[in-house]
Amino acid sequence: MTQSSMSFVRDKMLTQQKPPVSEVGAVRWVRENLFSSPLNGFLTLISLYVVYWIIASSLPWFLNGVWTANSLGECRQIIEANAGPGAEGACWAILRERWHQFLFGFYPMDAYWRPVLAFGLMLMALAPALYYGLRRVNMLMLGTVSVLTLLGMLGVGTDGFHLLLSVVVFAALFAVAALMPKKLLWLTLVYPLVGFYLLWGGSVWGPVGVAIGFGLLVVVWNKLQSRLGAVVAGGIAVAVALIWWLQVQPMVTTPLAHMMPIRLMSVDSDQFGGFLLSFVIGVTAVSASLPMGLLLALGRRSDMVFIKSVSVVFIEFIRGVPLITMLFTASLLLNYFLPPRSNFDLILRVIILVTFFAAAYIAEVIRGGLAALPKGQSEAADALGLDYWQAQRFIILPQALKISIPGIVSSFIGLFKDTTLVALVGLADPLQGITKMVRADINWKGVYWEPLLFVGVIFFIFCFGMSRYSMYLERKLKTDHR
Amino acid sequence: MKKSVFLGTLVATSLLAGFASASTLDDVKARGELICGSNTGLTGFGAPDATGQYMGFDADLCKAVAAAVLGDASKVKYVPTTGETRFTALASGEVDMLVRNSTWTFSRDNDLKLDFVAVNYYDGQGFMVRKDLGVSSAKELDGATICIQTGTTTELNLADFFKTNNINYTPVTIQDDAEGQRQFLAGACDAYTTDASGLAALRATLPSPADYVVLPEIISKEPLGPVVRHGDNQWGDIVRWTYYALVAAEEKGITKANIEEVAASTNDPEVKRMLGLEGDLGAMMGLDKEWAKRAIAANGNYGEIFEANIGASTPIGLARGLNAQWTQGGLQYAPPFR
Amino acid sequence: MTSATEAPKASFRLGMLIYDTRYRSITIQVIALVLLAVVLWWLRDNLVTNLADKGKDINFSFLWTRAGYDIDQQLISYTNDDTHSRALFIGLLNTLAVAFFGCILATIIGVFAGVLRLSKNWIVARLMTVYVEVFRNVPLLLWIILAYTVFTEIMPQVNDFKVTQAMIDSGTPAAASMLFDNTVAISNRGTSVPYPLLTHPLGGFEFLGIPFNFSFIAVVGLFVASIFASRGVTRRAKAVQEATGIRPVTWWKNLALIVLPTTLLFYALGLHWDVPHFNIDENGVWKGFNFVGGISIAHNFTALVIALSLYTGAYIAEAVRAGIMAVSRGQSEAAAALGLRQGRIMSLVVLPQALRVIVPPLISQYLNLTKNTTLGIAVGYLDLKGTLGGITMNQTGRELECMLLMMMIYLILSLLISAMMNVYNATTKLKER
Repeated sequence: MTQSSMSFVRDKMLTQQKPPVSEVGAVRWVRENLFSSPLNGFLTLISLYVVYWIIASSLPWFLNGVWTANSLGECRQIIEANAGPGAEGACWAILRERWHQFLFGFYPMDAYWRPVLAFGLMLMALAPALYYGLRRVNMLMLGTVSVLTLLGMLGVGTDGFHLLLSVVVFAALFAVAALMPKKLLWLTLVYPLVGFYLLWGGSVWGPVGVAIGFGLLVVVWNKLQSRLGAVVAGGIAVAVALIWWLQVQPMVTTPLAHMMPIRLMSVDSDQFGGFLLSFVIGVTAVSASLPMGLLLALGRRSDMVFIKSVSVVFIEFIRGVPLITMLFTASLLLNYFLPPRSNFDLILRVIILVTFFAAAYIAEVIRGGLAALPKGQSEAADALGLDYWQAQRFIILPQALKISIPGIVSSFIGLFKDTTLVALVGLADPLQGITKMVRADINWKGVYWEPLLFVGVIFFIFCFGMSRYSMYLERKLKTDHR
Repeated sequence: MKKSVFLGTLVATSLLAGFASASTLDDVKARGELICGSNTGLTGFGAPDATGQYMGFDADLCKAVAAAVLGDASKVKYVPTTGETRFTALASGEVDMLVRNSTWTFSRDNDLKLDFVAVNYYDGQGFMVRKDLGVSSAKELDGATICIQTGTTTELNLADFFKTNNINYTPVTIQDDAEGQRQFLAGACDAYTTDASGLAALRATLPSPADYVVLPEIISKEPLGPVVRHGDNQWGDIVRWTYYALVAAEEKGITKANIEEVAASTNDPEVKRMLGLEGDLGAMMGLDKEWAKRAIAANGNYGEIFEANIGASTPIGLARGLNAQWTQGGLQYAPPFR
Repeated sequence: MTSATEAPKASFRLGMLIYDTRYRSITIQVIALVLLAVVLWWLRDNLVTNLADKGKDINFSFLWTRAGYDIDQQLISYTNDDTHSRALFIGLLNTLAVAFFGCILATIIGVFAGVLRLSKNWIVARLMTVYVEVFRNVPLLLWIILAYTVFTEIMPQVNDFKVTQAMIDSGTPAAASMLFDNTVAISNRGTSVPYPLLTHPLGGFEFLGIPFNFSFIAVVGLFVASIFASRGVTRRAKAVQEATGIRPVTWWKNLALIVLPTTLLFYALGLHWDVPHFNIDENGVWKGFNFVGGISIAHNFTALVIALSLYTGAYIAEAVRAGIMAVSRGQSEAAAALGLRQGRIMSLVVLPQALRVIVPPLISQYLNLTKNTTLGIAVGYLDLKGTLGGITMNQTGRELECMLLMMMIYLILSLLISAMMNVYNATTKLKER
């Protein structure tokens, strides 16, 4: 008898038991995430009911939807035939017939490729400002933009020549972005003119002349600023450019336009409508308001009492009144304050007033960016002997603007949503303007939900995408001073 | 920076281009385009179709004027205006004429410095109710809830009507026609009030039109017509007489189809004067001889325009009523072309 | 002789206005001032010429002429015989009413959504995220229109409340019934609620168009006084507790102090309710178009308040979430270590600290909400924009005067709100030693 046989130590492991049902898999997840306490359980049940109710009350309507019909009456007949009398359903046929008006308004149909191309190029032009991060991500974004734009152009029916041209342009831009990403900044600089030319059309020499003016402005400023200082040199440069634009340019471009008539069909701005109009107003106003907002923000932080008080009054006045009043000012009052019997485009007037409006908000965003910089930065600039403008240009603004980008993007989202208000002054915004016009057609009179849903979904896609992107940027840009 | 300066120059150039001379006719001719203030969308009267072309009763008058002045009915630009912006748009010269179901009233004519040059549609404010409400007269609407669009004369008319009849109502103010229609169908108001033409168009598109009745009372006079700026009488005359040419053409039986034939064969001296075969009426207004011929050829005479857009053959199905020729017991009456 | 006067002040040259930083700021400001003056003068000059051109003048006397239109929601009495200025005032009150209720509701929604978005409950947190994202990324105008439509589509029609002869004969009840013991009716026209009437009112007077109702003032005054009294009781109870360690029972005293005096006053004034009802004929058949009696809160008001507060609430929720996340985790862990329950941790420890971060964005959201009330015109709500900037402007053709007046009123409103909130902000600020 050896002692070993008396061992009390277990020499064989028991097989592992399964954990209790309530602690694994779906059950555990449900218990922990949905029913961890009576209150939580209650909330879960309520939430489930809400979701059920929303689906139950709208699903039949969606399922009964009709895509092919020529009028609301026909829709109703088809729905009754399919789903029995009294059934209700969506009449998507209205979108099938009128989708292009919601997107482009009354833009000439055979020129739909121009806004699409302008939109794609805009995304390309924004690349230096918006696409940070890995080169691979960058290229992926640009590639997606190019392909989507070209597909979009194909979708709206572009003629072969312009399609081919666009393919070449996008390929070239893509190559530039891949090889020397910094050079893409040039596209950003000329984009406003390209975009203008694509959307409004006309002779190519007009935008070229304007570009030459800007070239002059930059050259003069560069030559003079070392001797006269930034402000004086800037004044002289602007004066030279103005002389060019107002006096010399017509004398040069008119003969050129006769000799080499390169032109696109010109489109009046009152033909703009739908989402095209929303984007034109939103993008133009935000980009035009950037310099103004920048100056206002600097003015508000300035030591000069007069400049500061003017900036504060302007910003607070604009932020204190609703956008609607600005729009009505554009439509009703601006005429009173301009030289007698002068008038220009309502859209242009709206853009100007919306620019003022956006400038006040952008100024506050940039001011936030400026305030976020530690004081050491400007003190260091002073210590290096930089003057005010040099300090702003080389030290302060690059940092402040970088951290303001998410704020600027959310200002743009807000403004983009607010462009729906232009319907109140008679412009064809997608939500009310176009919808009202479409509903005035005797065939579609009485259609209610379908256009609203369509417009709402598109707004959501754009705004949600932009806000996600700005959140991503915000994380990326957190190379901060902590 | 770039963009704002660029816009600035754009403004400056547009300013230069926008400096209008004193005469609207010269402006229109120089521009080669008639700018017509239109509704943002009113069934049958003016709304864009799927291709973006403005169609409708009011739009056709714009086309006739463009044909008379410029020789091409398609040279019209429509500027949608809202109830709030329409008169300012006209007064500031943004549009050359306003054809947008605007009611001719004393204060608009005088205080707002506008000229109503003609009445192309005699309308009146009416009520529509559900049949099962059992109401047969507007005077039985004591205590009713009434849907009404804001920003028009209809509000004042409604208040006046109920005041004179010493009965009460609750207004439900709504922003546009589509909203009003939905509120009314949902039963949020007992009655919907707007111009009788609008009620007819609404009733025509309801799922079950027979369930609704338009009450017999017409509580206001709504003479709707083209408006021009006060002070430019020549332009006012052109719009007025272009319109009368359409009315006279119906009276004389001149249609879009037979106008060439009539011009070749007519012996009626008034028709001859109107179509420019005799004398030169156009020159008195600064137009050529064939102005009226082109205006009629554009979309036909008044009756044809009416029938094509809002008449009995369309889903809207308006009867001529007050808008019949004076020879048929209506009010449309063209002064002599002499 | 001349040299003696020239020597000392030779140091100033004209060029120093540009190059010397001491003088340059003055130069720039003077140039800016001149430019501004020129622009303003140019605008003024254009205005004068344009007015003369159109034969118009700037004249506010239209405000004292008869308005002639009706307003469906009036907080103080108004008929179409009143003046445009009275209509303006009604519109302003309507704007304020929406802004007031909207701000309160938006805060409640925003705080709940912000807190629940951080909830451990998966589905609740997801739902709140969906809510916040959907509302923030779709135009407000659409929400207002949708809210209004949902109200009119979902609520029963007024006709459904009616009892007809056929129903009496067959014994079937009406399709819809009133709530709360037949006192409140929610139809698709609005919410009809009882209206308080007094048998012995104290009277009142009207000053500058603003009615002062003595009964109302007395009730509010008494109620406020009783609240102060009850707080006094609580304070004394606290003092007793600190001195003796025993807290006297106060809840019934507080309740009595708050409820009794006002109730007695109501009794003395002879309060009774004007309940919404239908006129009923001798057979028991309900007659008429609509409820009579009580007051009806139109759905465009309710929809506007709800849409505005849901929309603004989504933004407030984001601010609240950011505020809560800004409170260091140690705080809630410490509170948990002390044995506080989740709800109390939130309300006693986290939220008060988060408030400092939350309040500044909250102010701008309140301002946005107030300005966004102008969108009420999309559902025909007659606020300041609807009356002064809508019908009055349309009927009188005085767009310049109306728009300027309107801008001024909104500006004053915004400045007042931000001033009030800034005072509040100053009190919640971290007091650093």
